[in-house]
Amino acid sequence: MPTITLDKKDVMKLVGKEIPDDRLKDRISMLGTDLEKVSDSEIIVEIFPNRPDLLSEEGFARALSSFIGVKTGLRKYDVKKSLFKVKVEKSVENVRPFIRCAVLKNVNLSDEAIKSLMQLQEKLHLTHGRKRRKVAIGVHDFDVIKFPLVYKAVKPDLISFVPLGMTAEMNLAQILSKHPKGRDYAFCLDGLEKYPVIIDAKNDVVSFPPIINGIVTQVREETKNLFVDVTGTDVNAVTQALNILVASLADRGAEIYSLDVGGIVSPDLIPRKMKVELSYVNKLLGLSLKQKEFEELLSKMGLGYDKEVLIPAYRGDIIHPVDVVEAAAIAYGYENFQPEIPNLVTIAEENPFEKFKSKIAELLVGLGMIETNTYHITNKESLNKKMNLELSCVELSNALTTDYDVLRSWITPSLMDVLRNNRNREFPQKIFEMGICFKENNETETGVEEFTRLAVLISHTKANFTEIKQMLDYLFNILCLEYKTEDTEHTSFIRGRVGRVVVDGKKLAYIGELSPEVITNWELEMPVAALELNLTELFELILKQKTL
Amino acid sequence: MVYRKQVEIKGQKYWYLFHTVRSGDKYLKKSKYIGKELPKNIEEIEKKFSEEVKMEKEEIPKEIRELAETLHPYERKILPFLKDNKSLKELVKASKMQEIEVMRALQWLENKNILSIKKELKEVISLGSNGKLYLQNDLPEKRFLKAINGIISVDKIKEKAGLEKDEINVCLGLLRRKAAIEIIPGMKIKITDNGKKLLQKPGFEELFLKQLPLESKNLTQEQKYAFNELKKRKGIIKTDIVTERNIELAGLYNDLIKAKISFKNIIDELSPAIIKDSSWRNKSFRRYDIKINVPSISGGRRHFVNEAVEYIKKVWLEMGFKEMQGPLLQTSFWNFDALFTAQDHPAREMQDTFFIKNPEKGKLPEKRFVDGVKNAHENGFKTGSLGWRYKWNPETAMKNVLRTHTTVLSARTIASLKKDDLPAKYFTVGKCFRNETVDWCHLFELCQVEGIVVDPDVNFKNLVGYLTEFYKKLGYDKVRIRPGYFPYTEMSAEVDVFHPVRKEWVELGGSGIFRPEVVKPLLGIEVPVLAWGLGMERAISMYYNINDIRDLYRNDLKQLREMKAWLK
Repeated sequence: MPTITLDKKDVMKLVGKEIPDDRLKDRISMLGTDLEKVSDSEIIVEIFPNRPDLLSEEGFARALSSFIGVKTGLRKYDVKKSLFKVKVEKSVENVRPFIRCAVLKNVNLSDEAIKSLMQLQEKLHLTHGRKRRKVAIGVHDFDVIKFPLVYKAVKPDLISFVPLGMTAEMNLAQILSKHPKGRDYAFCLDGLEKYPVIIDAKNDVVSFPPIINGIVTQVREETKNLFVDVTGTDVNAVTQALNILVASLADRGAEIYSLDVGGIVSPDLIPRKMKVELSYVNKLLGLSLKQKEFEELLSKMGLGYDKEVLIPAYRGDIIHPVDVVEAAAIAYGYENFQPEIPNLVTIAEENPFEKFKSKIAELLVGLGMIETNTYHITNKESLNKKMNLELSCVELSNALTTDYDVLRSWITPSLMDVLRNNRNREFPQKIFEMGICFKENNETETGVEEFTRLAVLISHTKANFTEIKQMLDYLFNILCLEYKTEDTEHTSFIRGRVGRVVVDGKKLAYIGELSPEVITNWELEMPVAALELNLTELFELILKQKTL
Repeated sequence: MVYRKQVEIKGQKYWYLFHTVRSGDKYLKKSKYIGKELPKNIEEIEKKFSEEVKMEKEEIPKEIRELAETLHPYERKILPFLKDNKSLKELVKASKMQEIEVMRALQWLENKNILSIKKELKEVISLGSNGKLYLQNDLPEKRFLKAINGIISVDKIKEKAGLEKDEINVCLGLLRRKAAIEIIPGMKIKITDNGKKLLQKPGFEELFLKQLPLESKNLTQEQKYAFNELKKRKGIIKTDIVTERNIELAGLYNDLIKAKISFKNIIDELSPAIIKDSSWRNKSFRRYDIKINVPSISGGRRHFVNEAVEYIKKVWLEMGFKEMQGPLLQTSFWNFDALFTAQDHPAREMQDTFFIKNPEKGKLPEKRFVDGVKNAHENGFKTGSLGWRYKWNPETAMKNVLRTHTTVLSARTIASLKKDDLPAKYFTVGKCFRNETVDWCHLFELCQVEGIVVDPDVNFKNLVGYLTEFYKKLGYDKVRIRPGYFPYTEMSAEVDVFHPVRKEWVELGGSGIFRPEVVKPLLGIEVPVLAWGLGMERAISMYYNINDIRDLYRNDLKQLREMKAWLK
């Protein structure tokens, strides 16, 4: 979620009222933004991704002003028609298909206004525009442009121009490899044979979206009139971005002119209409609002009402009546909803396997064992090399460090790590953990099977097979299970001191004394006896025996 | 007056001695068990009994008697020696106890104000390792002189006297300085008259060694001379600072001695034999210092986070919720798509979510769910929604991820419900994963509490109701919700609780009502579903006063052994 820093004085001016800090803090939180800080000169807020219209002083002030009742209701934006044209060639269809534009005259370009515009453009690019891939905005000096413009896709080496920030002409491929913005955003054009450009009637390159503008249309101190282009891959996102930008500039007094962009009149700031039943609102919120109250609430959110709800063109996030319900709820004030537990009769049920796990834990705690709680994500070295093993395991594809890049296949290595970190703690050390382990199995939905294992480790000067087997014996006696221990080989354990525990023909556990090599690998000096048991299978066996 | 009497107990007759004494204005009857038969030395026993009773009668002050009863066997053993022996060394020798036993006894007696221990630092000269040897075999210079027989070569002396090379060098220098020998060219030696004199009587050094150990401040002139000579040489003597302990008898000592208490009737340890033969009757037990600090112990226990988790589960069970469980690894379909999270949503990017290398992709569920979800994204799926309006890609939905929230289980549960199953309330407490760099407030594995309530008549107030009730049971009386945002809920609300100690609002989780675009494709009908996914680490950390979230899963055995219990 983007965090923005707003000029507090500017916001107050736009709201049209001074608000004391305490109330400001409270209202900002309850409006639906995550307040970070209010200082003497700044307001720092995190804007939720559904509200890109709040990413500027103007948009934020607009919402706040309605919410606190200074200027409520639907804002009207007049759009004057112009005869300018932007032709859209078919070549952009599979490149960057959508473009919307606007002309703004008599734009206030004070320091505050420019700062706000730049932050809005940057934040819209970042989140709403998915780092410009989905949406990119270009702002130009209108007066130097010779209409009509053409939006088309061309071969990268076909066109050269001087991009912003450079002094020499470069072709599109050169810009991508040499211009800093080109390098930053080249990924947006990955795999394309042609790149999009906007060219004016003099054949000057106005923009190479989503990378960089041409230097000719650069906005200067004396610039009064702006041309704005928004291009992208998603028509709704493109339109919404343009509407947000245009509304912000208009809030500071700019006049909006529309153009013909590939046969479409742009911008189109006519509010959308949505039918929302009052009964639906009341049922979902548990309220009994009257129609008038509902309309008042909407008006506090900058929405209008005329038989249907009127949604301003910059609010692209309202896609279902439930979004209007939320707007009404925010206006009503989340703090004003009284807690109420409904009379719903349902029967509680603990997951039987979870109950079984609690029982096992209770028994082991009774034997003086301490339960640990380690991570599911570990590394290959711990699972294999340090345990003197070579087993396949499920790997992550984008781990941040090699310390944590695979999912564990058994628990004993995690507990060895616990012992290693507790070398200077008091002995005997007797620990256990029940945790989920992973292995590949293409019969499951994900191709990975998950099962819960129990590991028990005992470490002290005389820790041995007898002691760990006593525990197993005790456990299985209490669970009324008969088991056999079979000789086996396991390279983590001492030869001749490791057994396979078999119940009902199912191999459920390894039990034994860990080999001195493994102990040394973990930088330990104490003997360790271990039990590793598949609890998932054990539980299945118990369920089966119960039904017999 | 002592008298004998046979007493019948369960048909058996036993001999007892009785003695009635007056104590203040009360009469006390004392008795002593003798046996079935009268022993031959009955008169002797009677006399002793009479003395014992008399001693008790002699008004020993209560506090002195109780003080006496507190004495440990070591203390009782050392007590008689305190009058005539003042130093630790003397006491060890006189009592024939171990030094550590005497030390402990003195320490305890000091604590009881029976004596005080004075410590004094002393510089003590004692024999070094060579010194001990020389005391047995004479000093090297003496052996040197003894070995001289007329004119003799140094090598011969070395051999005869059994001296090392460096010892020879020392002897040559020393004896020449004392004019005890004469060196003749060709490394030959001859003894002088002075040397012969030296052989006749022991030197100061020799005498000094025999007198050691000595305290350095008490040395005589001769001893000082010998000390200065010997300290130059290797390993003959050493000086150490030693702490000498002496006792001074304190106030209660005299009272204790004057009372002439007999310790015969004090039992130190209760044993099965004592219980069986009733010999504890008429005796008292040694009084313990019950305020004493005892060595710490610890037992087996559950991990403290799991202790909290068990409680949290109980809270939801008490409110009638069913527990959900499900895999940690999920397809993106369930983790994101079913929850109306657009395929280009930032949460699905590499830096937030763990993806899997092998196998990279899983299978999509049955067609009705896939079609419903696809349509929800593309056009709102008959819910009245516009949807996200982009081309939904099934390949993207197949990507395996470590679940980023437990809400994935809610989605799966809703997909498993039928209309007849409503109303339904489910919860889970489980792990979820975020691709984050670990620091004091971030972990890549998190514990989340998830809950849903599915019923046509539930509303937003009910959501606030369940959350308020839950946090109340966790000890937070004040709960507030604020507007939030999640792609799959509308209303979306952040949940804060008021921390009663820190006096501030703390953000603990997210909640809301599932969007129709989530519910309809999975359940088939549009029903409000109250939902919450609350991070538990913060609430658990606050209870255990943990500031660094990593300490929750550090698995330090000391911490696990000593952590306070979850008392809720």
